[in-house]
Amino acid sequence: MLISNLEMVPGHRIVRHLGLVQGSTVRAKHVGRDILASLKNIFGGELSGYTELLQEAREEAVERMKRQAEAVGANAVINVRFSTSSVTQGAAELFAYGTAVVLERRDD
Amino acid sequence: MINLLLFLALLLLGYGVGRYLERRHYRSILRREREYGDVLLTTERRPEPDLHLEGCELVVGSVVVSVDYFKRFLAALRNLVGGRMSSYETLLDRGRREAVLRMKRQARERGANMIFNVRFETSSISRDSGSALGSVEVMAYGTATSLRQGEEGVVEV
Repeated sequence: MLISNLEMVPGHRIVRHLGLVQGSTVRAKHVGRDILASLKNIFGGELSGYTELLQEAREEAVERMKRQAEAVGANAVINVRFSTSSVTQGAAELFAYGTAVVLERRDD
Repeated sequence: MINLLLFLALLLLGYGVGRYLERRHYRSILRREREYGDVLLTTERRPEPDLHLEGCELVVGSVVVSVDYFKRFLAALRNLVGGRMSSYETLLDRGRREAVLRMKRQARERGANMIFNVRFETSSISRDSGSALGSVEVMAYGTATSLRQGEEGVVEV
């Protein structure tokens, strides 16, 4: 499964458009990480616990999007976009969406 | 009294350690920016068809950064009179550059030397009440490919 945020894939031709596919996940931070983060908040800098958390969540969202694309018979998702929004306090929704397509190698 | 002392201690701690950490981070950013200087970034959405590109893969870099206690206090003061908040400007600058570097590293690991359609996204991670604002997530993403050198259509940098 090829994932890209371009509108077309170099060296390939789009054979069929299969429409929008999406994946999302809502994650909450856990207390341990939260306490550590609030300590780190005094000194500033990277909050690596949160970075990891959001990264994992984003991977999960992409994974779900891929599964949806597989289900409709696509071999690539193009024009992928991400969006993050905090739903309630301490939880964030990670959302990935794109267009599922069937690609074919172009020989020239 | 104790509250005041604690406040001053936190302020001092935030100022000292925060400043030190920020400088260290900037040094590391500058060093890595030189190291990854050969990875080309563009916001172009449609690569020229005559470019010889190999591979195509999404790369993402993200980081959550927060300001220190001292800067948060300064920002609260700044809120009274309005104007430029330089403490938050550096925060976002650091975050964005770090995210770009992580994205570049991911591209390099996949053997790519060019990233198309680079996008940024910034979102604030809400913590407690409004006053505690100060952690933001910055992410950068794009499509990594490799540009074959020595052929026609090579981009001049």
